[in-house]
Amino acid sequence: MPTRHALPLQSYDNARKRHGNTTPATLFDDLPVSAFHRPAQDWGIYMTPAPSLLISGSAWFDGTLLFGPLQLTIGAGKWTCLLGPSGVGKTTLLRLVAGLDAVTRFDGHLNASDDLPLAGRTALMAQSDLLMPWLNVTDNVLLGARLRGKTPDHARAARVLGRVGLSDHTRKTPDALSGGQRQRVALARTLMEDRPIVLLDEPFSALDARTRSQMQDLTVELLSGRTVLMVTHDPAEAARLADTILIMTETGISSFPPPPSPAPRAVDDGETLKTQGQLLALLRQTTQQDESV
Amino acid sequence: MKKAASLFASALFAVLLWQAVVTLGALPRFILPGPVLVAETLWKSRALIAEHAVITIAEVLIGLMLGALLGGLSAIGLATSPVARTLIRPMMVFSQAIPVFALAPVLTLWLGYGLSSKIFMALLIIYFPVTSAFFDALMRTPAPWLDLARVMGAHPRRIMWHIRVPAALPGFASGLRLAAVYAPIGAIIGEWVGASKGLGYLMLLANGRAKIDLMFASLIVLAIFTLLLHAGVDRFCRHYLDGKSRTAKAI
Ligand SMILES: Nc1ncnc2c1ncn2[C@@H]1O[C@H](COP(=O)(O)OP(=O)(O)OP(=O)(O)O)[C@@H](O)[C@H]1O
Ligand SMILES: [Mg+2]
Repeated sequence: MPTRHALPLQSYDNARKRHGNTTPATLFDDLPVSAFHRPAQDWGIYMTPAPSLLISGSAWFDGTLLFGPLQLTIGAGKWTCLLGPSGVGKTTLLRLVAGLDAVTRFDGHLNASDDLPLAGRTALMAQSDLLMPWLNVTDNVLLGARLRGKTPDHARAARVLGRVGLSDHTRKTPDALSGGQRQRVALARTLMEDRPIVLLDEPFSALDARTRSQMQDLTVELLSGRTVLMVTHDPAEAARLADTILIMTETGISSFPPPPSPAPRAVDDGETLKTQGQLLALLRQTTQQDESV
Repeated sequence: MKKAASLFASALFAVLLWQAVVTLGALPRFILPGPVLVAETLWKSRALIAEHAVITIAEVLIGLMLGALLGGLSAIGLATSPVARTLIRPMMVFSQAIPVFALAPVLTLWLGYGLSSKIFMALLIIYFPVTSAFFDALMRTPAPWLDLARVMGAHPRRIMWHIRVPAALPGFASGLRLAAVYAPIGAIIGEWVGASKGLGYLMLLANGRAKIDLMFASLIVLAIFTLLLHAGVDRFCRHYLDGKSRTAKAI
């Protein structure tokens, strides 16, 4: 019997080597890794080069302050990791950037460095997978194209699903998948969106350690050149992937220096492990302060 | 299997109870005929009953399909357009204060003694339950799905078609299940008010001529048809509309 979770992915070291040199991605033969490489005539507003994001202000819910006032910049084409205690407002911040501020009121500014509107330029992978139970895996991944009235690219969907290790499950409905498989479908759906700004809310939280590091490598590879804002609770993840590490607490946002080497870093890299440890110590401190209040 | 056995046992018990009431109460056959007599009549008059049953079944099925179609479209229309909601919804709710039965004579006057007045009666009686069950479900699409669609840059019409409708199909299904039970009532009332064919007409005729056994035989046929219809609709709903339905894929 073949193993169910065997992933058609290169080992971590291979992925790292590939990331280090300039060979184009093997997966999206017809799809450059970065939006920058697209032919100029394909650039609509959606294909603008990834801008940086400038956020300043505070968020209110029902008259009570949720977070802020805070000020942060999400670097253009960079990977920013956002950490912080549960309930501090990380998801809320992501939803604000995605233009989904239905219940929270945001006083302040939220701008892209190119001064173009953010609408239509973001992709959001929410904390829950939000798969449609009546659609099979492939159709879930193609949902964005269908909702926009575009011809669904089945070949590309098949390749992305192959890369997240779900080639054998494309015809299943979500209820026939494990939690980690569902999360990888949601990841594939987000990668299919092809937007310059990508917002990820704990995208790898349901995965086992091995699959997680593989998905991290894959996501870094496929989202390179985009402005990525990722919420995570995992210091190891932040230490591996981040160009910028931000820590959000009730009192504001502070940054933390990432390891000097380029991401994705090896899981056993000394600097990465050190950053991971320091981050964890810092997060424990903020949590303890919470408890003493 | 266990379900079938329980169903059979329950039916047998009902028949025995029925016979016991007739025997112990010493009821004359023109008040309450026993099960044996009714079974005999059912067999003897099978051609007559079948002739009328076909008419009623046709009325119910056509009414059900039209009602489902119209109810479905109305619900989608109401869910799509706030203007339609403000204008039409209060009217629909008010219309529920009018007993549909009270309209039967007028419908017969307008549409005649043929099939159409009964079909319309069945349609009328199921239209509201189907519309309101489906509409409520359409208005309760989980917000995170709608958020996802918005971030994906979806057009409202496509959100309706690809997310809200498929997500609301279980609600539509519960409306249809109710409709399967109500539709025969509508058709029978229509036949009572004015018809020359159909089980309702036959029951009224048999009653008037003190042929209570024929009345009961027709009633049993009607009840069995309603049960089968409900089971059929239930099966259809479970297969196509409930839970992980695949309808959205075909679209
Ligand atoms: N719809 C809502 N109604 C009421 N309160 C809300 C709502 N959404 C969020 N909140 C509150 O806002 C605060 C921030 O929530 P948010 O989801 O942004 O936290 P988070 O940092 O993402 O937490 P976690 O790490 O647990 O996901 C929480 O205290 C939460 O209770
Ligand atoms: Mg959150």
